[in-house]
Amino acid sequence: MTQKPPRRGTALRLHRQLERIWSPDPRFRGWLTTNNNNDVGRLFLAVATLFFVIGGLLAMLIRAQLATPGSAFMGPEAYNQVFTMHGTVMMFLFAIPFFEALAVLLLPGMLGTRDLAFPRLGVYGLWVYIFGGSAVIVAMLMGLSPDGGWFMYPPLSSAAFSPGIGADVWLLGITSIEVSAIATAVEIVVTVLRYRAAGMSLSRMPIFAWYILVVAVMILTAFPPMILGSLLLETERALGWPFFQVENGGDPLLWQHLFWLFGHPEVYIIFLPAAGMIATILPVMARTTLLGYGWVVAAAVSLAVLSFGLWVHHMFTTGIPHLGLAFFSAASTLVAVPTSIMIFSWIGTLWKGRVQMKLPMLWLLGFFATFVIGGLTGVMLAIVPFNWQVHDTHFVVAHLHYVLIGGYVFPMIAAVYYFQPLLTGRFHYFRLGAVAFWLVVPAFHITFLAVHVVGLLGQRRRTWTYDEGQGWELLNLIASTASFVMAIGFALVILDIGITTFSGLRGKRNPWGATTLEWAAPMPSPAYGFASIPIVRGRYPLTDDPDLPQRIARGEGYLADTSRNRREALIVTTTTGKPLQVAVMPGNSALPILLAVVTSTSFLAPLVQAYWLSALALVGVVIVALVWVWTTAPRQSEGLVDAGHGARLPVAAESPDPPGWWGSLFLLVADGVHFGSLMFGYAFLWTVAPNWPPPSYLVPTLLPVLLALGGAAALAAGPRLAARAVATGHRTALALVLSLFGALSLATAAASVMLARQDPAGHAYDAALWLLAGHVGFHAALAVIMLGYLALRRISGHGLRVGEARIVSLWADFTAATGLVALAAAWLPGTFA
Amino acid sequence: MLAGSLAILVLVLALLIAALLRRPAQSDDSERGTGLWLWTLGLAFPLTTLAALTVYGLQMGERLLPRDTPDLVTVTAEARQWAWTFGYPDAPGLATDGVLHIPAGRPVDVQITSRDVVHSFWVPRLAGKLDALPGHVNVLRIEAPAPGTYSGQTAEFNGAGYAGHVFTVQAHDPAAWVRFLQEGPP
Ligand code: HEM
Ligand SMILES: [Cu+2]
Repeated sequence: MTQKPPRRGTALRLHRQLERIWSPDPRFRGWLTTNNNNDVGRLFLAVATLFFVIGGLLAMLIRAQLATPGSAFMGPEAYNQVFTMHGTVMMFLFAIPFFEALAVLLLPGMLGTRDLAFPRLGVYGLWVYIFGGSAVIVAMLMGLSPDGGWFMYPPLSSAAFSPGIGADVWLLGITSIEVSAIATAVEIVVTVLRYRAAGMSLSRMPIFAWYILVVAVMILTAFPPMILGSLLLETERALGWPFFQVENGGDPLLWQHLFWLFGHPEVYIIFLPAAGMIATILPVMARTTLLGYGWVVAAAVSLAVLSFGLWVHHMFTTGIPHLGLAFFSAASTLVAVPTSIMIFSWIGTLWKGRVQMKLPMLWLLGFFATFVIGGLTGVMLAIVPFNWQVHDTHFVVAHLHYVLIGGYVFPMIAAVYYFQPLLTGRFHYFRLGAVAFWLVVPAFHITFLAVHVVGLLGQRRRTWTYDEGQGWELLNLIASTASFVMAIGFALVILDIGITTFSGLRGKRNPWGATTLEWAAPMPSPAYGFASIPIVRGRYPLTDDPDLPQRIARGEGYLADTSRNRREALIVTTTTGKPLQVAVMPGNSALPILLAVVTSTSFLAPLVQAYWLSALALVGVVIVALVWVWTTAPRQSEGLVDAGHGARLPVAAESPDPPGWWGSLFLLVADGVHFGSLMFGYAFLWTVAPNWPPPSYLVPTLLPVLLALGGAAALAAGPRLAARAVATGHRTALALVLSLFGALSLATAAASVMLARQDPAGHAYDAALWLLAGHVGFHAALAVIMLGYLALRRISGHGLRVGEARIVSLWADFTAATGLVALAAAWLPGTFA
Repeated sequence: MLAGSLAILVLVLALLIAALLRRPAQSDDSERGTGLWLWTLGLAFPLTTLAALTVYGLQMGERLLPRDTPDLVTVTAEARQWAWTFGYPDAPGLATDGVLHIPAGRPVDVQITSRDVVHSFWVPRLAGKLDALPGHVNVLRIEAPAPGTYSGQTAEFNGAGYAGHVFTVQAHDPAAWVRFLQEGPP
């Protein structure tokens, strides 16, 4: 290979220009206005770690209480709050945000692009999470925590048995975290599918990108049932709509289905990112390539698919019919197959390589030892007769922690150590890391082996204390003592990483000899990521071309031209990775945090009964969102631009499928699942709940039916006509008016349902009708706002773009289709009764 | 089952240690080994073990399944925060709080329900647990092998009194059972 002398001058000049374009505001307020993935990811990571510490302190309180029988340290009221908060904080405020943070930090580098697809959406997600999480913690400090366990079964969590705002804190806090997770998931999906290095086809993507893509799609499909569950429970608590009250046609089992439809996939949503990190780090530590890349991708996808069929195994003891039990029991054990493929792919990788015992590798070994045991106890749990015996004992607690700590926390620590040089530019020089490891892992096993045994002896989880003389004292004392050692170990890990971050040694690029693109960036990774978008020819670009980092820095990739003086990234075709469009990224702005403030206010104000404030904040959400969209949309058309390498590409905003179209598509996937869950709940109550059918039915009249049919047709046709008119340069006014008319008719039809049944608190049937009608009304209102925006663009003379009209068309189609289904579900039973 | 789990654990860890200790002179970037690691160990191995395990589990479950028998006794169990009330259709009007009376050596169907929140009926020595749900009646088959007392507890979190929400099962010999049905608890 001929080695060209590095032209340092070019690289340095390019660096300076890009730095100016991409860097955040250097003043303190830069932290509030930045939308660069490096900054967002760091904040995300720091906050998630803080929640881990809080959850850990709560765990220490639990173990202190359980250390001795008859302990007077806490009473049942305090203990119930503490374990509920421990579970909630760990699952919602630590585990999910922590991997999202790593994805935000690392994904652009791995994919060879400069930032995530929707930088501002990422900021928004971050702040909604911070506000929602803080509200939950503040409530806890005021002694107002929820105390019904992290799965909050009604009727225990209903207003009758949980007066006070504890349960509302949980519901509203968790909902805001889910909104944040969905925002991040949409961002991740679109980034992986569209924003990559030139030539990076799907089969050349780094393995972590596959994993996180699967996880993000799972978030979009698993969280909506939970959001619906929270909505039902909150409307029941606040307005008395009886979704879970048996006397009025509700059924508490509905909550359990919705919760576990989310809760089971949640376990894999947590595990798969960790697995992605293992599959990334392990081959590098073994100086080889991952064995069976395709197998591992297939395993990740099938694990995700399987995990949606398994929720019922959390309800084995609720009296599910025998055949159902057999099916779900068999299916539950089946998840062991993809898991085993991953495990053996990793061991096979270690087999063919030469393993180096660096710190990340040490933590991966901790993972193996722990996770295999956790998986096996999981298989034991899936066997029905066994499950009947140990369900709800500390055996389950131990199993859960083997999987969560061994399968998630240990790999994440490995990941942080592994990526630390890239993120901070500094290296480890201290032996503290190894010491911490040898404290945590053995202490972990002592703790939870003891907890396994005490569970088999019959100690129930969630009991605040136990009596002497059952043979549990010594085991509990051992578990508690070891857990304090483990906590010290975790504290040392955090200290160690902190020390290195602020005072580690500087070192050279790619210290581990990795083969993927993120290591081609300078260290620490600058705001712009890559000086030019790399061109890759294989799955291991740094092995294929060791010179790649220098070439990227000299601007030999795409988009090295800074003369347009704005943040640009490359959009590629989804499967083959061919350059397709040039995306213009937004600059620093305070709008996302502002939107997060108003969103969180509208969520949290109901906690203090400030419903007017909540409504006001909702108006604020609409206004800020409109300003946001208005100011990001470009004013002039510029046609094709030079992307480098002779490629002249359209700007993304002028394409028929701009990133916003893709983002809307995936947001609508989540919305569709939410709607599907609503239909499921309605059908479930109809068929399973006692006290059905309802005393009387809604019988539709002709006018609303006609309005619905006509409205849906107009709403589906209008935006299409508008998009066609824009493309052919015709007038759009008529099409817009037609769409508006459609949305309003549909909303009127929905309103007729509510007017006909004026007491949603009477029977679950009426409450369900209100929700169905509410779904239609909400989406119709959304359509009206979007149409208003299009009209404004037209009137103000900025001109409409095909892409914008197609985005609105997408939402309008969804509104029309689900609107018809919802109204049919409301009207048909009454028609035939 | 525990022995089987342990055997798998040992196998996986042994392979792992062997893989760590093996230090090939040249690390190998090829995909050789797919047959052994992925087809055999990754796919075939768990499929066969799981098939065996599931068959075994289903058979066990089948044995626990309630069946019609002539000497079947039915009792009812109603949970509330934080107590249990048991009823006896064979002796209408008879009810006991906190103690369930059953005949020993005969199959008993417990009809379980709840008056308020979700609870769970669990007598570890007699059967697995089954939930008590408001608005639903779940039926659990139990059979006490010999006269005596068996302790039972709630196994689904139900609020502040959860830890103390326990009950006992009193199994009688045939004579004592008849006496109980006629005269109520002694
Ligand atoms: C740092 C060491 C940890 C210790 C010593 C610990 C200890 C415990 C104990 C003793 C319980 C049972 C409380 C009871 O049922 O009475 C518990 C519950 C739980 N823990 Fe942990 N835990 C730790 C870390 C974690 C982590 C990292 C996660 C998740 C990522 C987690 C998630 C949970 C969940 C979901 C529950 C169930 C809460 C409920 O029953 O509602 N824990 N923990
Ligand atoms: Cu599960």
